[in-house]
This record gives sequence, C-alpha cells and structure tokens, in this order.
Amino acid sequence: MSDAPALEIRNLKKSFGPAEIIRGVNLAVPKGERHAVIGPNGAGKSTLFNLISGLLVPTSGDVLLNGEKISGRPAYEINRRGLSRSFQVTNIFPRMSVFENVRCGVLWSAKQKYAFWRGVEAAPGVNERTEKVLEEIGLVERRNVLAGVLTYAEQRALEIGVTIAGGADVILLDEPTAGMSRHETDVAVGLIRRISEGRTLMIVEHDMGVVFGLADRISVLVYGEIIATGPPAEIRASAKVKEAYLGEEAHA
Amino acid sequence: MSDIPLPKSSVTRVSQRGAEKGLPWWLLPWLASAVVLLALPFIFRSDTYLTVMSLMGIAIVFALSYNMMLGQTGMLSFGHAVYYGLGAYFVVHTMNWAIATRAPIPLPLMPLVGGFAGLAFAIIFGWLSTKRSGTTFSMISLGLAELVGSSSLILRTFFGGEEGVTTNRTKLLRLTDWTFGSQFQMYYLIAGWCLISAIAMYALTRTPFGRMCNAVRENPERAQFVGYNPQVVRYIAFCLSGFFAGVAGALAGINFELANANLFGASQSGTVLLATFIGGIGTFVGPVLGAVLVSYLQVMLSDITEVWQLYFGLMFIAVVMFAPGGLAGLVLMHVPLLRAGVLGRVVPSYLLALIPTAMLLVGVVMLIEMTVQLAVKQSEGPVMKLFGVAFNANLPGPWLVMLMLLAGAFVLFRLISPRMGTAWDNARSAAAERGMVV
Amino acid sequence: MLELVLISTLNGVLYGLLLFLMASGLTLIFSMMGVLNFAHASFYMLGAFVGYQISKWAGFWPGLILAPLIVGAAGMLVERFGLRNVHKNGHVAELLFTFGLAFVMEELVQIVWGKAPVDYRVPALLDFPAFTLFTTNYPAYKLFMLAISLAIFVGLFAMLTRTRIGLIVQAALTHPNMVAHLGHNVPLIFMSVFGVGAGLAAIAGVIAGPALVTQSTMAALLGPILFVVVVVGGLGSLSGALVASLLIGLLQTFAISSNASMADLFAFSGFSPQPNTIMNDLWRVSVAQIAPILPYLLLVLMLMFRPTGLMGNRES
Repeated sequence: MSDAPALEIRNLKKSFGPAEIIRGVNLAVPKGERHAVIGPNGAGKSTLFNLISGLLVPTSGDVLLNGEKISGRPAYEINRRGLSRSFQVTNIFPRMSVFENVRCGVLWSAKQKYAFWRGVEAAPGVNERTEKVLEEIGLVERRNVLAGVLTYAEQRALEIGVTIAGGADVILLDEPTAGMSRHETDVAVGLIRRISEGRTLMIVEHDMGVVFGLADRISVLVYGEIIATGPPAEIRASAKVKEAYLGEEAHA
Repeated sequence: MSDIPLPKSSVTRVSQRGAEKGLPWWLLPWLASAVVLLALPFIFRSDTYLTVMSLMGIAIVFALSYNMMLGQTGMLSFGHAVYYGLGAYFVVHTMNWAIATRAPIPLPLMPLVGGFAGLAFAIIFGWLSTKRSGTTFSMISLGLAELVGSSSLILRTFFGGEEGVTTNRTKLLRLTDWTFGSQFQMYYLIAGWCLISAIAMYALTRTPFGRMCNAVRENPERAQFVGYNPQVVRYIAFCLSGFFAGVAGALAGINFELANANLFGASQSGTVLLATFIGGIGTFVGPVLGAVLVSYLQVMLSDITEVWQLYFGLMFIAVVMFAPGGLAGLVLMHVPLLRAGVLGRVVPSYLLALIPTAMLLVGVVMLIEMTVQLAVKQSEGPVMKLFGVAFNANLPGPWLVMLMLLAGAFVLFRLISPRMGTAWDNARSAAAERGMVV
Repeated sequence: MLELVLISTLNGVLYGLLLFLMASGLTLIFSMMGVLNFAHASFYMLGAFVGYQISKWAGFWPGLILAPLIVGAAGMLVERFGLRNVHKNGHVAELLFTFGLAFVMEELVQIVWGKAPVDYRVPALLDFPAFTLFTTNYPAYKLFMLAISLAIFVGLFAMLTRTRIGLIVQAALTHPNMVAHLGHNVPLIFMSVFGVGAGLAAIAGVIAGPALVTQSTMAALLGPILFVVVVVGGLGSLSGALVASLLIGLLQTFAISSNASMADLFAFSGFSPQPNTIMNDLWRVSVAQIAPILPYLLLVLMLMFRPTGLMGNRES
C-alpha cells in the first residue's frame, strides 16, 4: 500500500457552457478519514461528487484514488478501483427485490463479471456477502420485497446497502439523511458510522448535527471553491465560514 | 429509471427455497413441460394440429429470444427477424451443402448452424446498435433490418431472389430410421429444440449476467456504479438473443424446407414483438403464452377473416393501453388473491363485465367486417354472414345494431367499472391482511 | 452530364425537403413529448389518401387545405385518447403504442382504399412542363412541390424564431426538462404539437401523393428512411434533421440516376468473377440498385464514427 491519500483532488474545474460550477477545488482525504463536505445550496457539492465518481468528466484538473489518476475514466472503472457512491435522489433498481438489489452491488467485486455460464446462486461468497449487507442495513425481513415499494427510509438504507455491497474502500454518500425524521436520521447515522469503520468516507450532508457528530474533518464548499478545511471545532469557529455559510443559514 | 411497462406484481422474485431431497424443485416444471410436449401429438393427431403446434414451438423459441432483450434487458428491437431469417438461410445452405458433399451432419444438429449464424451477425450488428440505448437503439434496429432486407435483393446468389432457397430435410445423414419427412417427426425435432432452448434461456436469467440484465433494464446509470458497463451487458444480451433467434429461424427453415425474404421482413419482426408483448414481457412464461396464442390466431383467424392482421393490431394496442403486463401479467395479478382465498370476491364483477365485453367485441367485429364487405368485397355484394347470421350490410339495420352494441357496451362499462374497482380493492386489501401481498 | 447533375440536384433537394417536412414534425414531437412517433409515416400516408379522396369529390386544391387539417385533427384525437393514457407507462409503452397504431393504420387504409395504388392525379393547372433543361422537361408540379416545401420550411423557421410558442419549442429542443415547467397547459400543448406534426406529415403526403405512388405500402417504405434521417441528424435536433434530410435526398437521387457498377468501373482490368457467386452479385450491381440501401449504409457509417448523430447531443 502506498501512503498516498485515499482521495486527492487537484485543481478540479468544471464548466457547463459559460457557467463555471467547480472553480479549482483542491482536497486530500487521507485513508480512514470521515470527511464531510458542506456548503449552501448550489455550491456544487453534488457536481463535485459527480466529477469524482465519473458521472461527469472534469473540464480540467485531476482526481486521484490511492495515488492513481481516475478522472476522465468511466464510472464503472472507477467503481472497480474501489470507489463507490450513493445518490441524493434514491437510485436503486425499483422492480427487483431488496435481495437482488444488494446482490447486484456484490457481483462485480466477487469477480462474477458478465458470467452467463454459471448460476448466480452457486457463485462463491456472493449470497453470503449479500446476507451480511442486508443484516448491516437492517433489511433482512424485507429481502423479498420489491425495492420500489419500500418506505422512503428503507430505500435510503438500501441505497447505502447497494453502495457498500461491493466492499469499496472509499465511500461517497450524497445527503444520506435528507428528508428523514429525527429518529430515522439517528438510525441512519448509526448505520453510516458502522459501515465507514475502516474505510474512507466522504459525505455531503445538510444536517449539521450529523456532520459535526460524524466527521473527522469538514470542507466548506461555496460557489465552487473550498473556503475552509479542518476539524469540526475549527470550522465551527471560523469567521469566514460563518460569514459565507452559517450566516446565510441564519438569514434563511 | 427504466420505463419498460412491467406491472409491479409480475416481476419474478427470487425464492430462497433450497433444493429438497430427491428432485430439485426447479426441475419439476421442465419435466412437466417435457411430458406435455411428448404427449401433445397423441392428443391432437391431425396434420393441421401438428403443423400449428410446430409453428408454435418455433414461435416460442423466437419470442423467448426476443424477450431476452425487451423484457430482461429493456431493449426494444424492431428488427429481430434479421437473425431469425439469417438463421434460416444459413441452415438451408448448409443442408444443401451437406447433401451435395455427403457431409456426415444429422438433421437434429442443424439448428445449431442457424444459432451460430444468428450469433455471428448479432456480434457484428450488435456492436453497432448497442452503442446507443433507448429510442435510438430501436430506430437503429429498424435501419439495420432494412439494410439486410434490401441487401437480399442485391445478393441474389445467396438469398435466391423472390423464390428463396429450397432444401430437402430427408436427405441428410440418418442416425435412426427417422427421416423427419413427416410433420409428426418434424414436430418432435422442434419440440426438443424448443425445450432445450427454453431451459437454456431460463438458466441465463439465473446467472450473474442475467441479473445484471435486469439491473440495466431498471437503472443503467446505477449499474455503472456497481462496476458494470451497461453497454457491454446490452451487447452480450443482444448476441445471445441473436443466437436463439437463429435457432428459431433454422427450425423454421427446416420445417418449411425453404428460406425466403419473408423470414426476415418487417412483418416477421413485428409479429414477434406483438406476440411477446401480448403474452407479457414481465415474466419468463409470458412470451410462451403470446407465441402460442398468436401462432394459433394467425392460422385460425386468417381462415375466418381477410383482415386478421387488423384484429392483431387492435389487440396489441388494447394490451399496450390496458394491460401492459400482457396476459401473463393479468394472470399473475390474481395469484395473491388466489393464495389468500379471496379470488371469489372479484369473480362476480368479472362475470358482469363479460356482458359489455362481448357487446364491444361483437360491435367492433361487425363494424370491421361490414366495412370490409362493402369496401373490399364489393364484387360479392352486400349480403354477408357473421356469427352465423346472414344480413345485408347495405341496409341501415345492421349498422344501427352495431352502433347500439357499441354505445351499450360503453354505458355498461361506465356502470360496472366502479363496482369492479371496489371488488378488486376489497379483495386486494383482504389478501394484504392475510400477508399475501407484499 | 451537367444536365444530369442539375436535374438530380433539383430532385434531390425536393426529396430532401419532403423528408424534412416529416422529420421536422417527428423531431418536434420527440423534443416536446419524448415520444418517437413510429406512426409518423402513417400520417403521411393518410394525408395522401385523404387528399386523394377529397380530390375525387372536390378537386386537388380543397384537398391540399383540408387533408392536413383532417389528419392533424386525427392526430390530436390519437394523442388525447390513446397516447395520453399510455404516457404513465413510460416511453417504451408510448413507442409500442405508436407501433401498433402504424400497423392498424396500414390495415385500415387497405380496407378503405384497397392494396393497389390509387389514381391520384396532378392537378390540371400544374400538368405542364415548367421549363426545359437541355433535353429534360421539368414538370411544373415538381416546382410547385418545391415551392410548398420551401414555404413551409420558411414558415416553420419564422414561427420558431419569432413567436412565443416558437421560443417555448426551441427551449424544449435544447432543454427537454423545460417542458415540465410550462405549467397547466402541458396536455394542450402536447395535443397541439402532435396534431401539428401529423398535419405536416399529411401535407407532405398530399403533395407527394400525385408525384409518387399513393399506396398502402408508402408508410412502410418511407418510415424507416425517416427514422434514419432523425438518427443521422441527431435525435432531437431540427438543424441536424434538415442536413440529414437533404443529404439523404441528394444521395438517393444521384444514386438512382447512375447505372455504373464495379464491373463498369474496373472494366479495363479484365477481371470477371465466377457467375453465381456473391462476388459476382456485388461486382455487377449498379449504383442505382443499391440506392435503396444507401440511407442505411449512411446510418451504419454514422454509428461507427459519430454515434450521437450529426448534431445530436441527447442520449436517448
């Protein structure tokens, strides 16, 4: 293992037509860190995730995963190298069962690839791994239900389940608790804490309680630029952050 | 999000039943199918039935191969007959070559030739067409079908022009005393290949690749984020589908001892789409139902009416509009009710709905057939016979009856449909209470 | 040679503009509603037959006005009572619905007008040679077709760039999600767009009917070419559709007028393949004979080198 950071972003820029959404982001997330990205609406948090995970191609700049350049590569290749993400809007396989959803997340990492010559039930380790993930996300009971008819909170848990099923080292979670009740949020935070054990986590979140409780370090993204990065206490105390972000929140 | 119209209830779920002692549970339906296939010629003995059942067997393989793309992977093709037709041509040419050179290839192995021909062309055309997905894919499939169709007029040596290419299936190497000259023996050849192909295609749905086909159908974007390239999944599905379409085409070529341009024409591609969708694309058995029904109707309806294709089209539109899960979807909707023992609650309202349904059907048939009598069959005069009743289509009476039937059906549907809805809701919630609806 | 080039260019542009009349409606419907209308060529066919029927009763000119209106109204009914009900099941269901519709429309036309071509005549007013180019008489009716196509093209262009509706349509072309923000008028707009698209196709049918063959197979013959046009142009791009229409129009027209084959081209080499081989088929086929497959070859080439089409940027 190299001692390169798990995820490194170098001078990343992204424009849509004349509008520059990400304007030169630099960030290094060391292995094992829980890193939160916060910022006002429209700051470019989801765009940043889309650039890292390969959904979008950056206009310029690099993204490195464990020291290896991944920017510009297709999403499935980035995923195969050990970076997995969840989505802000639930993004699962609606007319497949919960079990099948999670299993789809397991298959590639279990080296099944596009195998059409052997049964999926007999594939070594696949079902066991699926069971384990189902247990972790607390959906064992709902295994045979179609994902599309789950409750919202269950779908969010499944979203995380599909994301972690492949055992990626670097996990990106995009607003995992958005739209949840207080209680549901607490359950979800517990889940996120468990699944990020021993992994690198990058999380976009609006709920400051979640962010400050969970993150080792926080980056503040405003208008496509990171204006501050540091431990929660430092971010809380930063006047710059207050002005740019928390201040706005107070007005709203 | 995928938008293939599957009803939620009709998607197969994995059952976690393990293998019990003795026969594995999954073998039973296949054994039962084999027994049925073996027994059918002894129940339906006439040559007509044997011919129709042979056509059904071919249609089943073709429809199942089509559904590997449409139902399993979410790819709507308008040109699937290309691989069917090429399968037929290659098998006919190979048979002629084997007859001429006395090559020791027995007839029962010949469908493989068609399969590999279908596969080879699917590898070429699939590489082009799976570069795009969704609507563009559909349009490309249509364009490639036209390309092959038009090429057949140029490459006359291979395609044999308008007459096509003929062969003789009895002149190949024989392993037993079966010559496959009779329709009876031909039926068994088709039934055997039908069963093998169906098992193979079912097994495919149970592989890692088969699961990812569903994932790509459901949500190609998300499939990328679990490590899969949706384009590769689509391409493999396209190729395998082409293989089985080729097998089906080869069976057709052997059955008719002829390959001609009709086999890969637009209407053949349309028919397989119609059959598959009418049967239901959300389940494995749906296309089988559709293939059996459409083959039967093709033979039977074309005897009764000149405009049978119009009825087909109307039936298809009705399924698209009112029962997007197809026949299999309709049946499956009721399985939870049956399990909960509350199916009886919806039966009365269904029986009641039979009245306007019958009125509607008779009305529509009258409208179509009377128009046909006056417009197409002018030379036969206005007197016609429908449902055993002779009447004059030029008089206002029959038209009035038709209009009354249609209007009556409309009014009755309006009256009955709330009742049906309530009965359905009641039964469904009762089934839900008993834990039969998830 | 110059004569051939000039005449072929005129004919090619004419054919291209006719294609664009249909492709523009198809593109409009696709951009606004997300539906690729498989039955679009069927509305073209219906336009020709309705125009023919009216021309029998009242002459060509009333048909030119009435047929597109009638077919446009029929299109609106199809949208209102058919397509709209299928919409909730997604785009594949919508595409399947229009596929079924195309199937049924062909059958219906066969019932009412039969399978044989009908005698749809060029109006007497235009039944004379407009000018003579070297030795070729160019029919006035073709000039008339050209004029009508150009007029509609200009009208469409003006509408798109000068009117409020046009601006909405343009916005929808580039930003498909825009349509969702149009508010409560969406169903009405969808119905109108579908009607206008069908009407445009019908105009093409009415003016092409007398010049070409009015027959129940005309939809099935033209439909696939139309879809090639929109894929080659780039699905959802009006300018792409225009370029592709003209390209295919010229390509096919020039091909038809050429009788050259590989055998002619390489006659000096003295090479001659064995008779009754595929090689021989290819060697002897003339350019005119491969004209029907040229649009599809173009499609294949486009997919190999530029899968999104000439001016396309939308994925599906």
